[in-house]
Amino acid sequence: MISVTGRELTTGQWVLRSLRLDSVLLLLLAILLMLGLVVLFSASGQSMQALERQSLRIALGVAAMLVVAQIPVRSLRAAAPWLFLAGVALLLAVMVAGEVGKGAQRWLDLGILRFQPSEIMKLAVPMMVAWYLSLRHGRPRFRDLLVTVTLVLVPVYLIMSQPDLGTAMLVGTAGFLVIFLAGLGWRWFVGLGAVAAAAIPLLWSQMHEYQRQRVITLFNPESDPLGTGYHIIQSKIAIGSGGMYGKGWLNGTQSQLEFLPERSTDFIFAVYAEEFGFIGVALLLLLYFVIVARGLWVAALAQDRFARLLGGSISLTFAVYTVVNIGMVTGLLPVVGVPLPLVSYGGTSLVTLMVAFGILMSIASEKRLVNR
Amino acid sequence: MAEREAYGEEQRDRERFAFRIVLALLVLGALMLLLGWRLSGLQVGAHSHFTTLSENNRLRVESLAPTRGVIRDRNGVLLAGNRASYQLEVTIEQAGDVDALLERLQDFVELSQADLARFRRGMRQRRPFEPVLLKAGLDDATVARIAVSRHELPGVEIEARPLRYYPMGSQFSHVVGYMGRINQRDLERVDPRAYAGTSHIGKSGVERYYEDLLHGTPGYRQVEVNAQGRVIRELSVTPSVPGTDITLTIDARLQQAAYQAMKGQDGAIVALDPNNGEVLALVSAPGFDPEPFVHGISHAAFAELQSDPRKPLFNRALSGQYPPGSTVKPLVGLAALDERVTTADREMFARGYFQIPGHERRYRDWRREGHGRVDMARAIAVSSDVYFYDLAHTMEIDRMVPLLRDFGLGRQVGIDSTGERGGILPSRDWKRATQNQPWFPGETLITAIGQGYMLTTPLQMADFTMTLANRGKRPRPHLLLSMGVDGDGLDPVLPEHREPVEVAPEHWDTVHKALIEAVHQPHGTAWGSIGSTRPPYQIAGKTGTSQVFGLGEDEEYDEEELARRLWDHALFVGYAPAEDPQIVLAVLVEHGGSGGRVAAPVAREVMDAYLLNDAGMTVEAGAP
Repeated sequence: MISVTGRELTTGQWVLRSLRLDSVLLLLLAILLMLGLVVLFSASGQSMQALERQSLRIALGVAAMLVVAQIPVRSLRAAAPWLFLAGVALLLAVMVAGEVGKGAQRWLDLGILRFQPSEIMKLAVPMMVAWYLSLRHGRPRFRDLLVTVTLVLVPVYLIMSQPDLGTAMLVGTAGFLVIFLAGLGWRWFVGLGAVAAAAIPLLWSQMHEYQRQRVITLFNPESDPLGTGYHIIQSKIAIGSGGMYGKGWLNGTQSQLEFLPERSTDFIFAVYAEEFGFIGVALLLLLYFVIVARGLWVAALAQDRFARLLGGSISLTFAVYTVVNIGMVTGLLPVVGVPLPLVSYGGTSLVTLMVAFGILMSIASEKRLVNR
Repeated sequence: MAEREAYGEEQRDRERFAFRIVLALLVLGALMLLLGWRLSGLQVGAHSHFTTLSENNRLRVESLAPTRGVIRDRNGVLLAGNRASYQLEVTIEQAGDVDALLERLQDFVELSQADLARFRRGMRQRRPFEPVLLKAGLDDATVARIAVSRHELPGVEIEARPLRYYPMGSQFSHVVGYMGRINQRDLERVDPRAYAGTSHIGKSGVERYYEDLLHGTPGYRQVEVNAQGRVIRELSVTPSVPGTDITLTIDARLQQAAYQAMKGQDGAIVALDPNNGEVLALVSAPGFDPEPFVHGISHAAFAELQSDPRKPLFNRALSGQYPPGSTVKPLVGLAALDERVTTADREMFARGYFQIPGHERRYRDWRREGHGRVDMARAIAVSSDVYFYDLAHTMEIDRMVPLLRDFGLGRQVGIDSTGERGGILPSRDWKRATQNQPWFPGETLITAIGQGYMLTTPLQMADFTMTLANRGKRPRPHLLLSMGVDGDGLDPVLPEHREPVEVAPEHWDTVHKALIEAVHQPHGTAWGSIGSTRPPYQIAGKTGTSQVFGLGEDEEYDEEELARRLWDHALFVGYAPAEDPQIVLAVLVEHGGSGGRVAAPVAREVMDAYLLNDAGMTVEAGAP
C-alpha cells in the first residue's frame, strides 16, 4: 500500500496514477479496441496480415496516448497557438505540393511517411479555440465569436478545398463544440445556424460532383444500385439480415462474400451489425455512450477553462464521429467517409483519436483535488 | 477582492459548462436512441426483407444440362450420338486485355468473323465469371497446341462438352434431323427453365419431334457465390435425368441402299413395313451434312445450302407435294368398283384420246395410239388414261373423292416427324373454298389420272400403297420403334391403327392382280425394267409420271435448264412379295421422266436390298 495525499492506493492504482492514466477510460478504450480487432478479423476476410497491421497501429496509438498523457495541460495550452499555426501552414503546403490520393489532394509525403495535415487540425483547432477562450472571461462576447469562428473556418475552408468534406466537417464540429461549451449565448447559435443555412447553397456549389452524388443518393440510394447507391443498399442488407442476434462471428455472408464494400474501413459497423445483431449493436452504442460520458466527466472536473473546453470538445467530437458513421452506414446520413472511431481499419484516424484520449488522460490526472 | 471576483467568475463558468455538457449528453442520448430505433427498424422490423435480399445476393442456382438420349436404327446402329467436343472458352475476368488475347490466339487457331461476332455477343450477355464460347469443335492438334501454351493465355479454357454428332451423315439428315443452337424462336416453344443449361435443341426431324423425350430433365446445383460471382461452395445438387434413348423403325442398311439407289438423282424414297406401319427407310435426296448446324453454321454456308438449286435442306419425302400421276389409278379404279360404276370384267376400247360428249376438247392418252381393248386390271397395268377418263366422267368427282379420302389423300399421315404436309385432294367444295370457282367436268378427268390440282407427298403415296397391300388395314406410319436403353426397360411402341378402308374382297383382288400384271406381264408399264429381269419374288406395283407445271413468271428462261426442269417426275409405288407383302415402297425421282424406266429400277434395288440376302436369295420376311 502506498499512501499519496492521505488516501490508500493499490499498486495498480498507483501505477496508473504515476502514468497519468484514467482507469475507467483506459478500460473502456481497451474493450473497444479489442472488439475492433475481433470485428476487423472478420471484416478483412480473416486476414492475419490486416490483424497484425491494425495491432501495430493500435500499439502506436497507445504509445502516442501514453506520451501525450505525460504532457502537463499547461504545456498543451502553451503549444496550442504554435500547433495551430503549423497545421495551417501544412494545409497550405498540401495545396501546393500535396499528393493526390483517391482523387483528392490530402496527403503530404514526408519521405518516410505520408500523412494528412488535416488530421492535426482535428486537435489543433479545438486547442486553439480553447486557448483563445481561456484568455477571456465570462460568456463569449461578439468579438470572441468573430475571432473563434474565424479560427475555425480558415482551416475548415482549407480542408474542404482539398477536398475532404468529412474531415472539414469534423474539424469544424470540434471547433464549434468548444464555443458551445464555453457558454456562448443561445441567440448567437441561432444566428450561426441562420448563417449556416444561408451557406448551404454556397457549400453545394463548392462541392465536387462525387460529393453531391453522395448526398443525392442518400435520399434515394436505389436510384443508382450499381454506382453510389450500392454501398448503402448492401450495408442495409447486411445490417437488416443480421436480425436480433446476428449471423455469428465470421458468418456474415454480406461481408464474407464481399458484397459489402469498404467493409473493413468506413462500413465496418455493418459487418458488426450483421454478425452480432441488434443485441450486439445496442451494446456497442452503449459502450460509445459510456466512453463519451466518462470523457465529459473528466472535463467537468478539469482544473481550468482550457482543459475543460478541450476535454469536452474531444469527448463530444468522438460522439459526433460515432453518430455520423453509424448514421451513414444505416442510410440516415450521406456517405461522407467518416470511420467508426477506434474500430475501422486505418492508422491516421486511430492515432489522432488516441492522442486525443492522451490529452483527456492528462486532464484527468490534473483534476481539481479538492472540490471547493 | 479581484481574486474573489475571479473565483466567482470561474465558478459561474464551471456551472455553465456543467449545464452545457448535461445538455450535450441529453442530445447524444437522443441521437443514440434515434440510431437504435433505426437499427431496430432494419434488424427487427425489416429483418425478413433484408434476409431475402441477402440470400438472393449469395445464392445462385445453376442448371445442370441433362445428357441427351441417343438415336439408333432398328438394329442398334447409332444414328445420333453424343461425343465430347473441345471448345475454346474465355473467362473475361481473368483474361485482362481481351483484344490482345484474341490477337495472340490467332496464332493457335483460326478465328472467323462469325466466331468473333458470336464471342462479342456472348461477352455482353454473360454473367460474371461465366466463360464465353470463342470457338467450338477444336481438333486434337489445336487442343494440344493451346494446352501447351496455356500459361501465356490467361483466362483461356479448353472445355469438353457433349455435342451431338451424326455418324451416318447426310443420307440420314432428313429422317433423323439435326440439332442447332437454341434461338429466340425455340425459346418461345419450350420451357426455358428446362433449357437453362443447354445450348442446343432439336431443329428438325426426329430430333425435333421427340425433343421432350430426348432432352431429359435438367438438374440443379445451388451454389454460394461471392460479390464477383465466383462460386465459393456447393450447397445442394439435384442431378439431371438423362434423356431417353430412342430406337427408330429405320433400317440403316436399307436407308443407305435406298439413298444409293437414287444414284445422285433428286427425289425421295419411303419404305414401310405394311404389317405395322414401321418406316423402314425415309430418304430425301440430296441430303445435307448435319454437323455444321451443331457447331453453328456460318451465314455463308447456310445461304449456300438454301440457294442450292437441288434444295438439299428440303425434305421431299414429307414436305414435297407432287401430282401422284398414274399411281392414283388403282384407287380410282377401286372407287369405281365400289361405287358400282363399272365391273372388273367390263371391257372398253381405249383409243388415244377421250372426249366429253358434246365437247370439242380431246383429253389425250400418254400413248398416242391408245391401248386397245382393256378391262380394269389391264387398264391399270398398261396405265390407260382414256379408260380412267371414261370412268371418271361417269362417276363424277363427288363419287370419286370419298374413297380417296379414306386412303388418306389430302390429309397429313401423322408421322412422328416434322415438316409433313397434307397434299391436296380436290373436290367441288375444295375448289369453291380455295378458288371460289365451280368445278368443271374436265377437271374430274385429269384428277382421275393424278394430275391437275391433286398433290401428294411421297409419304402419302407409300401410305395409300400400304393400304392397298393390306386390303384396307391402315397402321399409321411411324418412326419410333422403342424407347429406353436396349435390354433395360425397353419400351416398344405399339402401332396405331387408323380407320380401315372397307371395300369388297373381290375388288381388292382385282387391283392386286392389276398391280402384279403391271410388273410381271409384258404389257405392264414396269415390265421392261423389273418383270423382264425375272426377280426371285413377285412385285406388285404401279408406275407414274407426274407432270411438272409451267415455269413461274419470275423464273429466268434458260433453255438447257428449262428443258430439264420441265421433265416429268418419275414415280413408282409398289409392294413385295406380292402374295405376302413385307415392304411397301414409294419412289419419286424429280424430273426423272418416265416412272417405269427411271423410278421402277430404283424400287427394284431397294426391294432387293431388303428381301434378298447376299447370295441373292429371298430371306425370312422382315429379317434383313
